[in-house]
Amino acid sequence: MTAPTDTSPSPASNPEDLLVLKDVRMWFPLGKKLFSREPEKVVKAVDGVSLSIRPGEILGLVGESGCGKTTLSRAIMQLIRPTSGSILLNGQELTALSDAELRTIRPNFQMIFQDPYASLNPRLTVFDTLAEAVRVRHPVKGDDLLNRVAALMQKVGLQPDQMNKYPHEFSGGQRQRIAIARALAPEPSLILADEPVSALDVSIQSQILNLLLDLVRDMSLTMIFISHDLSVVKFIADRIAVMYLGKIVELGEAVEIMERPLHAYTQALISAVPHPDPELERNRRRIVLQGDPPSPINPPEGCAFAARSWLPHTDEQARQPGAFREVEPGHFVEVHPATVENYHELLARGNA
Amino acid sequence: MDNTPASPLLEVRDLTTYFDTRLGTVRAVDGVSFSLQKGQTLGIVGESGSGKSVTCYSMMKLVPMPPGRIVRGEALFQGRDLLTMKDREINSIRGRKVSMIFQDPMTSLNPYLRIETQLIEPLLIHRICGRDEARKKALEMMDAVGIPDARNRIRLHPHEFSGGMRQRVMIAMALIARPDLLIADEPTTALDVTVQAQILELIKAMQREIGMAVILITHDLGVVSGFCDRINVMYAGQVVESGTADDIFYDARHAYTRALKKSIPSTQEKGKRLYTIPGAPPRLVGERPPCAFAPRSDLSFSDEEAAMESRFVEVSPGHWVEVHPSTVENYRDYLTA
Repeated sequence: MTAPTDTSPSPASNPEDLLVLKDVRMWFPLGKKLFSREPEKVVKAVDGVSLSIRPGEILGLVGESGCGKTTLSRAIMQLIRPTSGSILLNGQELTALSDAELRTIRPNFQMIFQDPYASLNPRLTVFDTLAEAVRVRHPVKGDDLLNRVAALMQKVGLQPDQMNKYPHEFSGGQRQRIAIARALAPEPSLILADEPVSALDVSIQSQILNLLLDLVRDMSLTMIFISHDLSVVKFIADRIAVMYLGKIVELGEAVEIMERPLHAYTQALISAVPHPDPELERNRRRIVLQGDPPSPINPPEGCAFAARSWLPHTDEQARQPGAFREVEPGHFVEVHPATVENYHELLARGNA
Repeated sequence: MDNTPASPLLEVRDLTTYFDTRLGTVRAVDGVSFSLQKGQTLGIVGESGSGKSVTCYSMMKLVPMPPGRIVRGEALFQGRDLLTMKDREINSIRGRKVSMIFQDPMTSLNPYLRIETQLIEPLLIHRICGRDEARKKALEMMDAVGIPDARNRIRLHPHEFSGGMRQRVMIAMALIARPDLLIADEPTTALDVTVQAQILELIKAMQREIGMAVILITHDLGVVSGFCDRINVMYAGQVVESGTADDIFYDARHAYTRALKKSIPSTQEKGKRLYTIPGAPPRLVGERPPCAFAPRSDLSFSDEEAAMESRFVEVSPGHWVEVHPSTVENYRDYLTA
């Protein structure tokens, strides 16, 4: 296992940033075999992620299954304690807090999950679910509690007269609204939405995305929106971070990333989105990535993407480490012969 | 519906499947007709609960009865009606002439069995060849669907594969007996976009090789544009528009098809609110309204017009639309034509 390599020009953080991640690593040791001479194997699920999120911003985090986006979100939430690195929320170092201290600030960051069938307790009514979440911050009872729950339901587009129903009586889209209401109940400043629309029909997806956009604007929330689908992320996100095998490979304004993607992987992700135009679709050449991402247990030396890249590169080049550079103001990309064209030029521009 | 001279591979006429539930009879599939030529690709598109899966399950007699019952209709596959077949007969067709793949490969593969055992099963059950020959074919098939290192990986269990690889195993299993028709029910919905592209390319390539017809069921109109020859749009258990991919994408007439097109995420403009179809899909219980889409339509029409019966009209050769004041503009033009 090599020591952490180049992490130097990470996206600069400002004092007013809501959340700042510095070189966060989440490694899972697989255990060493007794008497084995081989070194212990480690799954490097998240391997040196640095990010900063401005208040009121929606950051889209994009990548394939297994790239570490969910692990990263769990580490931010402190559901698992990261192996190394620092996570600052409002200037407070989360990794240094004890479990008891964490509990007192947990209401500040909430999560919305992919599957509203699995993330709601089937034995609790909507009222019970939401009341529990409201009481995390406001220990109210009786009519006051009832009114707060009713207001929450209205905010997410549910009828308050349905508060005594159980989750199974609602459709998938409505259940996701309940999950959103629950996340809003403790009045958080940061919301982490992990594939919140992937399990929903296209027509319902749009309703939920609109709702999230309205809520972020009206309640001045900050959100990290995780998805594998760039066509969804491009709408909702102000900035997009593309993740590959535990690392962020490209980061920038959403429009910039969608219109001028530099990393070969980002280009492939954009190309994978099917186009609703038969003529275009029949004639265009889609970049279809071959194979699956490499295993994070023994990540290849050098550039993790080289094996799947269509850019011409030599084996020797593939073994060189990439460099994360700011090539345009605010546009960061992992520069490597296998990941960007004209890498010499970009490397020079990043250093300037 | 299609008046093509050559006899089609599959012809479904007036297929109607109801479910008897405590809340009343659900009209899940309500008079669906379509035909499919040899080697053709048909997309069936609609929201959850529109009856697209039940249409295909009914054809294959995979609907649990009760509570389901096939009320009427026929499904002629190579000239023989699947719906009136005895179990033994239809068993000889399932997995051999018609194969299905489903959304979630993990629930459709047996977690206890090596994938080799599952792959060769169709060949052994249908007595297509012996065990050794079957093994050879299984290896060839794994290569064909792009599973690297087939010789070793054929000995593994399903949990040792990634989601995309599992879906490849499913496809290998579905195609090993070289069927004439593949029914793919949301085959890519559970997968990443990059893998979705791989799987669709794979189905296309296998289709070219084997020459089979494909029915692709999906809720995402965006997926089918470059993939399908014909597209059926389903709403509330009925086909509301049917045509070539070009008809549907360049010349959609039905208000629902147009709304579906507008809600494809990739076409929407950033910074604006996303388009959503107002209202929710109807409950399919109780008295049948003249047009199921009327409550969600963005067209204006009088109460009197809303009560009119809708008609399925061929607006140009091979392009059919459910015509009703709530579904098309200037509906009178269609009715006189």
